[in-house]
Amino acid sequence: MKLRAFARRLALYVILSLGGLLFVFPFYWMLRTAFMGMDGLFQIPPAFVPKSFELDNFVEALSSNPFGRYFWNSTVVTVLSIAGVVLSSSLCAYSFSRISWTGRDKVFGFILTGLMLPFFVVMIPHFLGWKFLHLTDTLVPLIAPAWFGGGVFNIFLLRQFFLTIPRDMDEAAKMDGAGHFRIYWNIIMPISKQSLIVIGMLTFLANWNDYLAPMVFISSEKNYTLMLGLTLFQGTYSAQWHLMMAATAIIVLPSLIVFLIGQRYFVEGIAMSGVKG
Amino acid sequence: MKTLADAQHTITPAPAPSEGIRKRKRTELKYGLLFASPVLLGYLAFVLGPLVITFALGFTEYSMVGTPKFVGLDNFTRLFTGKEPLFYDAVVSTFYYVMVSVPLGIGFSFVLALLLNSKIKGRAFFRGLFYLPVIIPLAASSVIWLWMLQPDFGVVNYVLGLFGVPKIPWLSSDSTVIPTLILFSLWLTGNTMVIFLAGLQNIPSHLYEAIEVDGGNTLHKIWYITLPMSSSIIFFNTVIGFVNAFQTFVQPAVMTQGGPNNASYLIVYYLFKEGFQFTKFGTASAAAFLLFLIILLCTAVLFKFSDSLVYYEGQERGK
Repeated sequence: MKLRAFARRLALYVILSLGGLLFVFPFYWMLRTAFMGMDGLFQIPPAFVPKSFELDNFVEALSSNPFGRYFWNSTVVTVLSIAGVVLSSSLCAYSFSRISWTGRDKVFGFILTGLMLPFFVVMIPHFLGWKFLHLTDTLVPLIAPAWFGGGVFNIFLLRQFFLTIPRDMDEAAKMDGAGHFRIYWNIIMPISKQSLIVIGMLTFLANWNDYLAPMVFISSEKNYTLMLGLTLFQGTYSAQWHLMMAATAIIVLPSLIVFLIGQRYFVEGIAMSGVKG
Repeated sequence: MKTLADAQHTITPAPAPSEGIRKRKRTELKYGLLFASPVLLGYLAFVLGPLVITFALGFTEYSMVGTPKFVGLDNFTRLFTGKEPLFYDAVVSTFYYVMVSVPLGIGFSFVLALLLNSKIKGRAFFRGLFYLPVIIPLAASSVIWLWMLQPDFGVVNYVLGLFGVPKIPWLSSDSTVIPTLILFSLWLTGNTMVIFLAGLQNIPSHLYEAIEVDGGNTLHKIWYITLPMSSSIIFFNTVIGFVNAFQTFVQPAVMTQGGPNNASYLIVYYLFKEGFQFTKFGTASAAAFLLFLIILLCTAVLFKFSDSLVYYEGQERGK
């Protein structure tokens, strides 16, 4: 019986390890190719460990396109979006959880329907609207939506959390003469730091990795985000996979760093959305 | 002045509280609307308004020059009668992709979550490994897989070759491209897996102990406890999975450009091309609206279906 339990645990570890290996292998393969020279690319059998570690590919990838420019654009979009989402979704969540106004829950239910509307259904009107305002081919369309509620999903998550904060705290503050803005800023926001970080992280991912919206709104290369820049690489470097992989590795790196720093928050945030929702 | 008025209210008993409450209600309403104003405006500007416009544009012919020309149901009849062959390709490939990848992804990530939920060391580490692909930009991982799946020089075919598997064309044949994208989608199920895992950890252990007392084995536990207790989360993940799978865009855009032979011309890619490359805003809007209805319908069916299958704690079945 003990032997069987042991065999079972062993099998479990073997399956998980093999599976995990399979899941991260693509990133290894990316790095391996990025460090390799052109000559090793199409070699059969492929070298699983590169014979030499060359940084030339990275240098060439970085210098062939205005990479710095794309990086800057992506950063501007992401940082301003995070600020917008954190501020506006928390304001709205405060209204839907801690101010009792007539019709509040009905309005919230109505707004939740926005969750069901995929971006592609409305992307043409969005484009025409920004065009009308002469703001297509700027970064504004990629940032502005964050400042208008910051996504129904984020409001929903924060509201769930705000509802768990004891009412006594507000009441005590009210006794001291604090208004809603003071309660929101001095009491609710500091307590909710954890949840706000989760939302900030999710927003980082959504914006940094976004592909469709920049494709729709951005047309000139100087306004490209990193993801659009990658498609340019694809055009210039067809079959030069060592350079492609070097460029990809550079693009992957920031996401990877953010993930390693905030793994706990990501996983908690995702789990929260499913279990409480 | 104000304090004096307040003081008077407190003296006269009957109408005073109602007046005070009404006043308080008014200020609460004022603040409520003020705080919620970003999303209220946003809902009008980014959801409701555009949805109405998409619907309206569906009845027009418009290509950015001049004004939209009203053409009645023309766009819809052309879409329905097969006069837009690309739309037909898009619908077929999208349904193929969605109908297979979602159930498969749910099953796969559920099993993965079950494995991770057993008593093992380094659970967080493994969970991180399986979650990693989700946080990498999809455009970047698409490029990586494109390289690995090259039929002649890709590492995948090489490794499979070691086991005697003949070369698979993966993304470069119209019969294998969708299955390949489905496999790729399994690599991206980390979100679903994490949600399942959180749900599994919420199942009280005394339920399992009861099965053990009755002499049941692991399969009994899964069948009688785990599955029923997870049914609401399975349902949630299925709905989200459907809505997300319908929106797949990056893979066809980066990996296949809809090919070969339009076999991977998924619907959002179709909408993007139709709208922004061929500037046929009318047709694209009509198609987008139709697709939206299809998604709503699918979700409604799922919800209907769930009434009899999903168990919510503290609730009797079927109610």
